[in-house]
Amino acid sequence: MKVKLRIKRFERGKDREPYWAEYEVEAEPTDRLLDALHAVKWYQDGTLAFRRSCAHGVCGSDAMLINGVNRLACKVLLKDLGQRITVEPMRGFAVIKDLVVEFDRFMEKYRLVEPYLKAGSEPPAKERLQTPEERERFDDTTKCILCGACTTSCPSFWSNPDYLGPAAIVQAHRFLFDSRDEATAERLVVLGARDGVWRCRTIYNCTDACPRGIEVTRAIGEVKKALLLGKR
Amino acid sequence: MEAVYHRYDAVIVGGGGAGLMAAVNLAGQEVAVLSKLYPVRSHTGTAQGGIGAALGNVEEDHWEWHMFDTVKGSDYLADQDATEILAREAVETVYELEHWGLPFSRTPDGKIAQRRFGGHTREFGKAPVHRSCYAADRTGHMILQTLYQQCIKNRVKFFDEYLVLDLLLEGQRTAGVVALSIADGQLHVFHAKAVLLATGGCGRIYQITSNAHALTGDGMALALRAGVPLEDMEFFQFHPTGIYKLGILITEGARGEGGKLFNGRGERFMERYAPTLLDLAPRDIISRAIYRELRQGHGVEGKWYVHLDLRHLGREVIETKLPDITDFVRTYLGIDPITEPIPVQPTAHYAMGGVPTDVSGRVVVDEKNTVLPGLYAAGECACVSVHGANRLGTNSLVDILVFGRRAGRDMGRYVGEAELPPLPAQPEERARALLARLREGPNGDGRAESVAALRDELQREMMDKASVFRTGESLAEVREQVRALQERYQQVRVQDRGWVFNTDLVEAVELGFLLDVAEVTVEAALARQESRGAHYREDFPQRDDVKWLKHSLGRRTASGALELSYKPVTITRFQPQERKY
Repeated sequence: MKVKLRIKRFERGKDREPYWAEYEVEAEPTDRLLDALHAVKWYQDGTLAFRRSCAHGVCGSDAMLINGVNRLACKVLLKDLGQRITVEPMRGFAVIKDLVVEFDRFMEKYRLVEPYLKAGSEPPAKERLQTPEERERFDDTTKCILCGACTTSCPSFWSNPDYLGPAAIVQAHRFLFDSRDEATAERLVVLGARDGVWRCRTIYNCTDACPRGIEVTRAIGEVKKALLLGKR
Repeated sequence: MEAVYHRYDAVIVGGGGAGLMAAVNLAGQEVAVLSKLYPVRSHTGTAQGGIGAALGNVEEDHWEWHMFDTVKGSDYLADQDATEILAREAVETVYELEHWGLPFSRTPDGKIAQRRFGGHTREFGKAPVHRSCYAADRTGHMILQTLYQQCIKNRVKFFDEYLVLDLLLEGQRTAGVVALSIADGQLHVFHAKAVLLATGGCGRIYQITSNAHALTGDGMALALRAGVPLEDMEFFQFHPTGIYKLGILITEGARGEGGKLFNGRGERFMERYAPTLLDLAPRDIISRAIYRELRQGHGVEGKWYVHLDLRHLGREVIETKLPDITDFVRTYLGIDPITEPIPVQPTAHYAMGGVPTDVSGRVVVDEKNTVLPGLYAAGECACVSVHGANRLGTNSLVDILVFGRRAGRDMGRYVGEAELPPLPAQPEERARALLARLREGPNGDGRAESVAALRDELQREMMDKASVFRTGESLAEVREQVRALQERYQQVRVQDRGWVFNTDLVEAVELGFLLDVAEVTVEAALARQESRGAHYREDFPQRDDVKWLKHSLGRRTASGALELSYKPVTITRFQPQERKY
């Protein structure tokens, strides 16, 4: 089938304003959008820029705004997008070129939640024990691939770029609810601060946007509950 | 534009498992990690089924059994001193990951959960054993994240989205690397005492592959261009169960949990090829079996695939133990593995060969294992050799961690003792000339070649002539084709003339790496007139220990030609035997 791609383009330091470019490619309905972007880049216009690597929804490189919603280009098939497809960079991050956005501040917020296990006690010679139920408690938030789809779909983030954002909170949740972690109080200070979880207005865009199916809004809600009522 | 200069004790090229593990073990030194992706995008994150270690959490197990399985799986080409280290240190490594917070799946009594995996057995081959420690089917994702988290904790310095273009040597010592900052096109010279190559694999030399687009053999090619040989490149693993046409990996863990393979006639064909281990035989054996079935017209509906059937496992097992692959199958094939079998075909997966190193990760450059001071390699881009002619599932994760750590520690020792060598004169000149050629094309005009067209041709020809089955004839043909592609590569010109995030230019550089790696792969495969592990020559179907129980070393000579030499295999505990499963 023939597919028309309408792609928002911009190059830092060269273009004053973004502009739209249109391309037409021949593709299979079961092709990924990423395949269509490659068809453009490899055989029509080598100047088109986007990130990608694993091409099956695990590395988190190719989150972008596709027909108005954040998706991974490698995890959405053309048959689900229609024959006219609009592709834009994620909203709320500065654009470097075309679909490539600045990730440094996003990663800074990830570092801010101190995303590593804090267990004060000496580890045993073998593994620390954890029941399957305790492990299940935070399973959902271990799936995060830091693609940015949730944070850049969040109106609270758009209006306040200092907000930690859903992705960083998901990563914090993963440690907050890990039975092996001993830094609950410290973590709650960061999460309860001015630009922490209370900026979330429970809009659910993040949950819709997550390509890993994480219930992001629910995870944020659990952190809010922990702040109000203590962790359970 | 002037290059920007940096000075570090140690530079790590690659932000996957091996690079990050080395970085954690170098913390406190002046160390920089250069990665062409954000490190959390690295391909370690796509490993699914688990990491092998004889913890014995589910049933009795011993590191000696793990070592034996690895040696036998390698078709006796692995160096047994290195394999012993792999199997022994796997155990402490898994505990260390757990202590760092890795969320392993758990047994009912709270220990790290373990599952069966191909070629891993108890009592030296009697039956499959539960050895693979897993976190659902995203073990690699959890390992990559845990290591990156430890790097954050230890304040490791990262240069994200830097593509390394050149390895700098001064005299016979390592002096640093030259890299391109992809975001702005700036060249950077990193002057350092020690460099670790940890760039992963090169699966993109093939058309159907489980490997990410980024896996273009960068570290291997950089070493080759610096005069270092590549070891055992003829051994390339095809994983038996890639999703039909796409090559996306379906973990061996699916068969570890009880999944079965069927041909188009509904036969469980592995009964004929590996009567004891069946669907859990090593990957080389199953991939060949599938190819044989397909060639005999036993594919499903006459097509080039067989079925992986998980239906009998039931919804609970499939959704809790194999959630990610279930999602892949639903997304990309539109079928549900709970109710339908999965169409699979072998997919190019793993390079057993690479930059030769000793057990401390130090690069060795000849038959006598002479060390090149300051140069290190670890992970898939290296060849220790623990995998020999065929790697067992779960052992790549063990490899990156055990030898990433050893490399990091030895680099720490080295940079404490060694002086910083001077930089070569005009260190960025070669890198600058390469970029200029790719941007300007041949003499500024003339008929330019396209990167995508050359790459397509390389991948198709390699798939056709140098994959699961090979012959002298097919290899000789593809050798000529790769040489011709090398010539045409000199005529490449990219379309994108800018410097800001120019991925057109990045792909052009990567194609050069792919061509170099493919050239050595084919040369070594053509020379090896026997069949061993993943290297199967239809014109020489037997293993030949008298002539070929040795490692190949492929080196680029000053004239540009490739030259092969060989070095002996280290055998300690297990004498070569016939390999049956």
